[in-house]
Amino acid sequence: MEKLYLPEILKGMAITMRHALEGPKGKVYSYPEQEKPRTKFWRGLHVLKRDEEGRERCTACGLCAVVCPAEAITMTAAERTRDEKHLYREEKYASVYEINMLRCIFCGLCEEACPKSAIYLTDRLVDVETNRGSFVYGKDKLVEKINERVDITARQSELQKKTVK
Amino acid sequence: MDLITFKIILVVSLFALSLGVAAYSTWGERKVAAILQDRIGPNRAGPFGILQPLADGGKLFFKEGFVPQGADRFLFYVGPALTMFISLITGAVIPWGKSLSIGGSSFDIQVANIDVGVLYLIGMVSIGVYGMMIGGWASNNKYSLIGAIRASSQMISYELAMGLSLLSIILMAGSLDLNVITGSQGTGKIWGFIPADGMNWNIFYQPLAFIIFFVAAMAETNRHPFDLPECESELVNGYMTEYSSMNFGQYMFGEYVNMFISNALIVTLFFGGFNYPGINWVGENWGENIAGVLSIFAMLFKVIIGILIFMWIRWTIPRFRYDQLMHLGWKTLIPLALANLVITAAVIVFFTN
Repeated sequence: MEKLYLPEILKGMAITMRHALEGPKGKVYSYPEQEKPRTKFWRGLHVLKRDEEGRERCTACGLCAVVCPAEAITMTAAERTRDEKHLYREEKYASVYEINMLRCIFCGLCEEACPKSAIYLTDRLVDVETNRGSFVYGKDKLVEKINERVDITARQSELQKKTVK
Repeated sequence: MDLITFKIILVVSLFALSLGVAAYSTWGERKVAAILQDRIGPNRAGPFGILQPLADGGKLFFKEGFVPQGADRFLFYVGPALTMFISLITGAVIPWGKSLSIGGSSFDIQVANIDVGVLYLIGMVSIGVYGMMIGGWASNNKYSLIGAIRASSQMISYELAMGLSLLSIILMAGSLDLNVITGSQGTGKIWGFIPADGMNWNIFYQPLAFIIFFVAAMAETNRHPFDLPECESELVNGYMTEYSSMNFGQYMFGEYVNMFISNALIVTLFFGGFNYPGINWVGENWGENIAGVLSIFAMLFKVIIGILIFMWIRWTIPRFRYDQLMHLGWKTLIPLALANLVITAAVIVFFTN
């Protein structure tokens, strides 16, 4: 009787009909009207943070570039002049800092490797671009603006929250 | 209005209807697939994605249509054109409605009222095999050829089962004319004693033939679960691999028109065609025109439900393996159809004595 296939087919059709009648059950997020809820530690677009006085924390030490498994980060270091003391924390800073978003795999190793707690991954998404060149994000897109700080306290450990200023 | 004008209007509207239903079958397929898989289908191109087929058609028109190197140019274009042509002209003998009376004379809503309608249909389905064979051969690609040969062997295996199950219906109705078959389903009582106006459908008499014909029709239109020729993971598209742009569009559309016409055939033969419950009462009390228009709507409604069931089955069942397919066609369906035929003949002889 089973060789007739028909009872099994009808049982299968009942299952699909049940799925059809119950609807998506909340599994469907119509982006961009609805955003999918992410976890606290979701790794998205990078941000280069500033400290409390507004100076950039990144010193172009190159640890993030070395640890990056996809070789997405490149930078050029420069020396701070006397007039730029309010812009950068230490004497060495990154004049050019680029992350190639097409190569980045959003692993978060750069965030773990940074000794100055300068780079973090936020929950923002990388925008759509129309050519490959626009995906290389420079400092203009990565460094946070002085007035619009990006909140990453959810990603920091308790020790980090106390020591980092 | 004389007969020629009416027939021309009917031909043009049938052509437009077939293409329209085929185009919106692609939209319906994606929507039905999505609903059965717990997601939403296309909903960005117009409300509920209604304009999606226009976008698909436009995309196909704008693609580059090339002929592969070494391919036979003439046959390359003829293959899909033949499939589309055969699919469209099969709809000429199906009665789409009861009758309309315009200007005093009553017209049957059937383009060609030939008295060997069923034979014509089987013949056209057989020629439909040529479309894929030519397509596979003309591609100059041995994998397309393998796909085409598998497709044609599948189609000719299931034609036999289709024809044999049709024979029982013809025995019952006594004629090959589709108009007579549909008309006999509109009058009379179910099983001889249940009074039903316009519900004397053949499915109450021949459920086994219906199942056989349904399965064979699904195999004929290369529809899941019988879609080995065009499965997208085994043979990359089978005989359709080398086609792009409107050539491929014609194959795809031809397949959907085929599905539409097969469903129309199933409805005509087993579900009473254009008969709906109460057709004779409406014909007597409200006039012939209203009964005719309602019968067209009833027919289209039933065909669309048939198309939905085809799609429902597609997204439920995994694909048949090639030897399982052949086994089913030759060793299961044909003996069943023959047994059905013998039983039908015996019952007819018994009850007319």
